[in-house]
Parts: sequence; C-alpha cells; structure tokens
Amino acid sequence: MITLDELTRPFQYQFFQNGLMVATVAGALCGLIGVYVVLRSMSYIGHGLSHAIFGGFAVSALAGINVFVGAGLWGLASALAVSSVTRRRPIGSDAAIGVITTASFAFGLAVLQFSGGADINADAALFGNVLGVSRGDVWLVCGVTLFAVAVIVLRYRAMLFVAFDPEVAEASGVPVARLDALLMLVLASSILATMNVMGVTLIAAALVVPAVVARMMTSSFSTMLWLSALIGAVCGFVGMNLSYHLDVASGPTIVLVGGTFFVVALLTSGVTGRRRLAHVDAH
Amino acid sequence: MTVTPAPGCPLLTLRGVAASYGEGRVLTDVDLDVSSGEFVGIVGPSGSGKSTLLKILLGSVTPSAGTFARAPGVRLSYVPQVEQINWDFPVTVAQCVLMSRVTRRLAPWASKTEKADVARVLDRLGIGELAGRHIRALSGGQQQRVFLARALLAEPDLLLLDEPTSGVDVRTRHEVLHLLGELNEQGIGIVLTTHDLNGIAAHLPRIVCINGRVIGAGSPAEVLVPEVLEATYGSPMEVLEHGGMRVVVDAPIDAEVLPFRRTDVS
Repeated sequence: MITLDELTRPFQYQFFQNGLMVATVAGALCGLIGVYVVLRSMSYIGHGLSHAIFGGFAVSALAGINVFVGAGLWGLASALAVSSVTRRRPIGSDAAIGVITTASFAFGLAVLQFSGGADINADAALFGNVLGVSRGDVWLVCGVTLFAVAVIVLRYRAMLFVAFDPEVAEASGVPVARLDALLMLVLASSILATMNVMGVTLIAAALVVPAVVARMMTSSFSTMLWLSALIGAVCGFVGMNLSYHLDVASGPTIVLVGGTFFVVALLTSGVTGRRRLAHVDAH
Repeated sequence: MTVTPAPGCPLLTLRGVAASYGEGRVLTDVDLDVSSGEFVGIVGPSGSGKSTLLKILLGSVTPSAGTFARAPGVRLSYVPQVEQINWDFPVTVAQCVLMSRVTRRLAPWASKTEKADVARVLDRLGIGELAGRHIRALSGGQQQRVFLARALLAEPDLLLLDEPTSGVDVRTRHEVLHLLGELNEQGIGIVLTTHDLNGIAAHLPRIVCINGRVIGAGSPAEVLVPEVLEATYGSPMEVLEHGGMRVVVDAPIDAEVLPFRRTDVS
C-alpha cells in the first residue's frame, strides 16, 4: 500500500514540479486545440505534423540551431509541402501527409543514427521524459497556452463557423484560409511546446482523446471546449504522477490515463454518447 | 449604412459565364439576371451545374470566363443542402443561428440585442421554443427552418437555397414552399435549385432550365414545355394540365426497356 508520504515525495523535486506543471498545462492546451482538431477531422494532420517536426528537431539539434525555431520552421515547411503536393497532384491529403511527414520522421531517425545521437536523447523526444523539462519549458508551454486561449477567445465565432460550415462561413465574409493558417500555427506551436513531456509519437493522442471524451459527454460546443481542456489537464497531472511512481515514460502514462477516461466515458455515456462518437471523424 | 435595393432593380448579373472544376467544364456561356424581390427556381438534371450556378451567384465559386456583377451593398444569404450539414456537430439551434453574426461582434458570447434578434427570427419561423435544442433533435421541416433562420438573421436582400426540399416529406415540402412564399412577399428575393418540377418549380413565377448552359428561362407556361424539358433532361417528357397547374410526366418510351412487365403465371 502506497503511503501519502510516498505519493507526495516527488513534489519536493524541482524537475518534477516543472514536469508536473508542463504536463498539466500542456494537457489543457492539447485538450483545447484538440476540440478543433477533432471537429474539423484534422486528427491525422496533428499526428503527421508531430512526426514531421521530429525531423526538424534532429537536424536543428545537431546543427546547433535553436530547436524550437528549427523544428517549427521544419514543421511549417512540411505542412506547405503537403498542401503543395495535394494541390498539384491527384493525391489525397491523407496520403500526402502519410508520405511527407513519415519521411521527415524517418529522416530525423536516420540523422540521429548517422551522427551517433550527439547530445540528443532520442527516447525523450519520441516518448517524453519528465527529466528533460526545464523552467524554460514551463514558461514556453504557459506562453503558447496563453496564445492559444487568446486566439480562441478573439476568433471564437469565426472558428466555430468554419468548423461547422466552412463554405457558408467563407461566403459570409470569414477569412477561412487565414483562420486555417492560424489554427495550424497554434497546432504546430502546441506540438513544439509539449514535445518534451508527451514525445512526438504520442502528442496526437493528447490532442484527440480529451476532445473525443468531451464530445461523448456534451452536445454544446462551448462546454466541449472547457471540458476537453479540463480532461486534458487531469490526464497530464495524473499521468505525470503515475510516470514517476511506475517509472514509465511520461508520454505513455498520460495517454493511458486518457485512454482510461475514454473507456469509462464509452461505458457510462450510453447509446447517445456512442452515437456522437460514431460521427467524430478520427482521420 | 445599408441601402435596400428598389423592387425590380438588378441585383446579380451574369454574362457569358463559364465554370470548370479541373479539366471538366460544368457551365458554359450563362447569361442570367436576378432582380430585387424575384423568386427564381433553377432546375436541371444531376450534374447539370445547378449548385455551381448558385455558388457563382453567392460568390464562392469564381467563373472561369465571362463577367459576374453584384449590385453594390447587396446582402446575400445562403442555405446549404441539409445533406451537407454535420448534424452531430455540438451546437444548439440558437448557437447555429447566431453564426450569421460572425463578423459583427468579437466577443464569444451573444449580446442582449443578439439574443433578442435570434429569438425574433426563430419566432418568425415558428420555432422559437426550440432555441436550446441540439440541431439533430429536430424534424426535417424544423431543421430546414433553422438554416433559414440563420440566413434571415443576416437580413439579406436575396436568399440563395440549394435544394431546400431535397429529402423531405410532402408536408415539409409544402411548409418550406409556403414559408419561402411569405418571405418573398415581404420583399426578400429568392433563388433556389430544385429537382422537383411538379412540387416546387411549377409553383414559382420564374424558372431557369440548365444543363451545362441555359436551355430556357421564363414562367412555368413558357418553360415547362416538352421541347425545353427534353433538351434539359435528355429524355422525352409530356406536360399535362391539372387544376390550372402544369404537371410534368415521363413520356411513354419503348416498351422493350420498361423494367416491369406483366407476366402470366400459370
């Protein structure tokens, strides 16, 4: 039986405080952005973008460039490449994402292997690591969260309209392409800011699972937003504690907590919740 | 300041308009005028370019050739096909209707005036008590009214509707047609696309028949004639008179291709 003293022991360590704060805020951030990702059927883009960013992460780390700037630019270039290939060739966006982002991910792995890994902890980047979280990461994730909240509050109506009915939104004067670009910027920033805790392979789950659970629990968009953020934060907090006590990487434990929420919601929300879920496109 | 166009004043003008998707041309050499307070039905077979023409009028599809002019200050609203709506999206009726105020206010929540405006437009369409309901929890006619309400909240001069009676029962079709007639009497111009020649098009004052180009345009008496209909649909049709209305029926065709044949069972 675990004692209260054992449960609270990690809180005295600075690295754990940092990791817990980042995991909780990052969970809320992913939960918030995840609502748009899920309702706009962009789950696969989130998954692909996080993998593409790993290529930039590896290259910029080896080249001695600021990792966030380098990986961010790499992610942007990958998104543009996907968009360009989809526009000019008879290839669906899902196939283009599958090819380009996976190639970028593979390139990152090859670069790390070729260079002997240098000072990079590849496992931490892939699966998340509480030890890798610094005070700077706390400020970064808080800053990105504030940015995301500001975008959502200031563009709430337009983003809701575009998520529901992009064609009519455009005809009503909403700059859909600009809003899409803004959403991609928020998404890419969120992936970069949460990469240390979640790991690039598991960020997509942190984006999708809280929003899917929230969708099963409510039919109101505004409620779904705060509920998804709350579920994401709880997953981050509980998952980070479990990560310490079970000695498992933080990314998998956070995602497994989210998976448990999903199963509980699936079993308790009845037919209505499952029907709502059936119409959430998880591509 | 908004200016209400005078009745009969041209709102939208198309001259020699063509539209293409990729390498396939959908519309060719379309000339069309839509004036203030008009009630126009666009009819044609599947793939004839009806929806594309509607989207050109809306401004969401750019013509590949020709000119499209919209009178200054004209406000358009669009009602999409109900089949295109994601009915499981988490929004209530009031939240859905309020979307048409997207560019007028930054704050996420509705102001008192906006709430009153939404309630007024919902009452006008007879669905005031449904404001808090999820959009899926409505009948077909109520769902169509929600999207009409959203369009009307923008206070349009011209309402564009894509197949407003597609997939609805006869009673709902009557409800929608009467409602559109009332709105038109109140001065709102209406352009709609429809497959339904007898249930909708025959009741409208002006019909435009298209099949990649404009085949005919005018009143039902001018357009619902066998020659125009055969050129539009590529199949012979007959027109009957019933209670002062034109009724379009398929012309008898070669008995060899009829799907059902009487067989003697011994």
